[in-house]
Amino acid sequence: MTMGAHHTTLSRRDALKGAGALVIGLSLPFGAGKALAQARGPAPVDPNAFIRIGADDVVTVIVKHTEMGQGPYTGLATIAAEELDADWAQMRVESAPANVAIYANSLLGAQLTGGSTAIANSFDQLRRAGAMARAMLVQAAAAEWKVRTTDIAVAKGVISHKASGRSAGFGKFAAAAAKLPAPKQVKLKDASAFTLIGKDQPGRRVDSADKSTGRAKFTIDMTAPDMLTVLVARSPRFGGRVKSFDAAEALKVKGVVAVRQISSGVAVYGRGMWPAIKGRKALKVAWDDSQAEMRGTDEMIAAYLEQTRKPGRVHRATGDVDKALAAGGDVIEADYVFPYLAHAPMEPLDGFMVWDGTTARARFGSQGQTIDQGAIAKVLGIPMEKVEIETLLAGGSFGRRAQATAHLAAELAEVAKAMPVGTPVKLVWTREDDIHGGYYRPLFVHRFRGAVKDGRITAWSNTMMGQSFMIGSPFESFAVKDGIDSIMSEGASELLYEIADFRCDVHVAKSPVPTLWWRSVGHTHTGYAVECFVDQLLAAAGQDPVAGRLAMMGKSPRAAGALKAVAELAQWKGPQTANGRARGVAVVESFNSYVAQIAEVSVGTDGEPRVHKVWAAVDCGIAVNPDIIRAQVEGGIGYALGHALYAEVPLVEGVPAVSNFNDYRSLRINEMPEIEVVVVPSTAPPTGIGEPGVPPLAPAVANALAALGGKRPARLPMVRA
Amino acid sequence: MAYSIKVNGTDRSVDVDEDTPLLWVIRDDLGLTGTKFGCGVAMCGACTVHMDGQPLRSCTMPVSGVTGEITTIEAVEGPEAKAVQDAWVAHDVPQCGYCQSGQVMSAVALLRENPTPSDSDIDLAMNGNLCRCATYVRIRAAIHSAAKTLAAA
Repeated sequence: MTMGAHHTTLSRRDALKGAGALVIGLSLPFGAGKALAQARGPAPVDPNAFIRIGADDVVTVIVKHTEMGQGPYTGLATIAAEELDADWAQMRVESAPANVAIYANSLLGAQLTGGSTAIANSFDQLRRAGAMARAMLVQAAAAEWKVRTTDIAVAKGVISHKASGRSAGFGKFAAAAAKLPAPKQVKLKDASAFTLIGKDQPGRRVDSADKSTGRAKFTIDMTAPDMLTVLVARSPRFGGRVKSFDAAEALKVKGVVAVRQISSGVAVYGRGMWPAIKGRKALKVAWDDSQAEMRGTDEMIAAYLEQTRKPGRVHRATGDVDKALAAGGDVIEADYVFPYLAHAPMEPLDGFMVWDGTTARARFGSQGQTIDQGAIAKVLGIPMEKVEIETLLAGGSFGRRAQATAHLAAELAEVAKAMPVGTPVKLVWTREDDIHGGYYRPLFVHRFRGAVKDGRITAWSNTMMGQSFMIGSPFESFAVKDGIDSIMSEGASELLYEIADFRCDVHVAKSPVPTLWWRSVGHTHTGYAVECFVDQLLAAAGQDPVAGRLAMMGKSPRAAGALKAVAELAQWKGPQTANGRARGVAVVESFNSYVAQIAEVSVGTDGEPRVHKVWAAVDCGIAVNPDIIRAQVEGGIGYALGHALYAEVPLVEGVPAVSNFNDYRSLRINEMPEIEVVVVPSTAPPTGIGEPGVPPLAPAVANALAALGGKRPARLPMVRA
Repeated sequence: MAYSIKVNGTDRSVDVDEDTPLLWVIRDDLGLTGTKFGCGVAMCGACTVHMDGQPLRSCTMPVSGVTGEITTIEAVEGPEAKAVQDAWVAHDVPQCGYCQSGQVMSAVALLRENPTPSDSDIDLAMNGNLCRCATYVRIRAAIHSAAKTLAAA
């Protein structure tokens, strides 16, 4: 099992040359996919994906979703191989070229990987594509062997006819099958016949070997003759602009060949990374801060806390919460503060491009190929069709590589455009650029008032404030209606719990600091706020955190199922344990998946929370690769824990006060808890798993800290420098 | 100026400034891209190579300071390397994979020093290697697996 070749030299890829090969591909027009998504109807059933079968028996699945670690390469290969009855060893994967007409994610209306939609979007498509390819191979074999198709069997990559004893691999019939019309109707397997889907196999991932030996190629590994490495000096403050610059000292650095102003700052071109780094250090730039954010985050937080004393725009309300709060019982208040967070993928942002005056050829870990194509086309003044993107493996993303502004693709095109036509350029952000670069998870404040009466929660009021990254973006039509950005309040405007008198309202903050979706998006803050507050109210009501939640979850059966499953897995007997530790629980629905977690926590001698073990139960529908699901939940827990404990990007007079992993502290192996994950059996259509492991972790830890006699941390991160 | 260093068993000469970090010599001048850039300040371990068998953060080691023989992920070999890389695949350790060259180099160095590491030995040897995907549970399991494989050999 290996990955398809990712060339790192400039030879043109021949991904779609089908010489002697069977190529399966049916396409929906872009508009149709979008219309389906907007209609929120069932997932489209015609495959947009491609399968190529070579004369050498190799089956290559061409994957339209970006591989950032979350596993779509393996997932889509598994789905296609299942219906093809291929042998796992013959499967390969390759990234799809940027072409929205063929490779749109129909759930998002563009070629874009996000919202934990890869498997949800591709499950039916790849099954049908696999089944079609299988039917065509069988038809070709039947014609050659002069037998009936119904007498032909396919298993583990072998086509056979029992009566005559004939058999052959896929490759023998690939060329003949390619000449046949694709069947309009194909029968998909019954789940009981699955041999790959839902089955664990050590080493299933198609990319493990290359990624364990240094062979996997990422954007930063791109090279070409006479390539220039480019670093950009950007404003220390968000919204700042270049006033003037002096390149004299920079140009004296050995290996620095050019300095050019572009719209995002001043670009330094070097023969290699070190000259570019030294050149940029020697560059003198004066910045115009007249449009820049000059506030610090402490001032923003104070302003948001003040503003949230007044109700904002109502996102959802039922009953009469003010009346219920005034009706007696215990009224409980809480507020929570969430910092700006950087995504900090291990591979900082980067991109490679050659612009020949007519066509732009970009290679990078694009996460939103359609938007990136548009941005590059705009900068270069060419049609989108003249922008080729080869999507490379991305060294992590967590949301960072998809931006509505396509700022990275635009910057890449600008640095290419500023050089003589034909100059290969590699744009690289350093870690400091990454941490200082904005596009943060927005800073948020939540305020709550709730009432408990006669052992029940009788009122729930939630006012929040933060920036919207949807309002005014190209994605506005997806998330914003009548000025209400549903992403800001997802997970808070509709609870898993039935509380009759309820209100969730929102203030939209404005700042030049760019913000972005960050692994699990709105749930990064609503999951913590809601699950901490409900726990606090249940404690006041004298209820067990698990039983108390379940009593209010009559209309959320799958979430309740996950909660019951995790309670069983952890043998939950309440928050108190006998060993100086305590347990906390949380359950969150995100991206149509349901995850419940229990964290066992103590407080170390240094006063820092120590998370010993986390149990997780996940219901994400049909589990295509259960072990990848477990891996995503494990990783999601680690990602969530590191940020909840340690991470924030504070601004001081508008300037980020942290810059690298020394002060933007990240979870290390000695801080990683033991983890046990159970995947709840389900026959529901598959849903997301890249993000849903994240939201329940931090509130589960906070609730355990409360059970230890402390308070649920009101301001994240829990350990503040 | 010109520097001679031995990388993966071959003597190489490079003409670079004396402060050029070994990482960029390996990647940009020698074209060995398996070793990764993650932070540039020896805080993440993505750039880990071996110098005379000892793990070294190549991003902060100037080429002028290189005193020993360098081995990168492309050439790491021997029973420990095989056991580690096989275990990495069997456990499907990598997610995005970007840090894993460095993780593997640190794990191989650990097992050469200590063929039966405890959990705290693993913490000590591996806590300089960040993984933002947080594949730590599997890194730990794979190191234990590799140790078992070595013990059985």
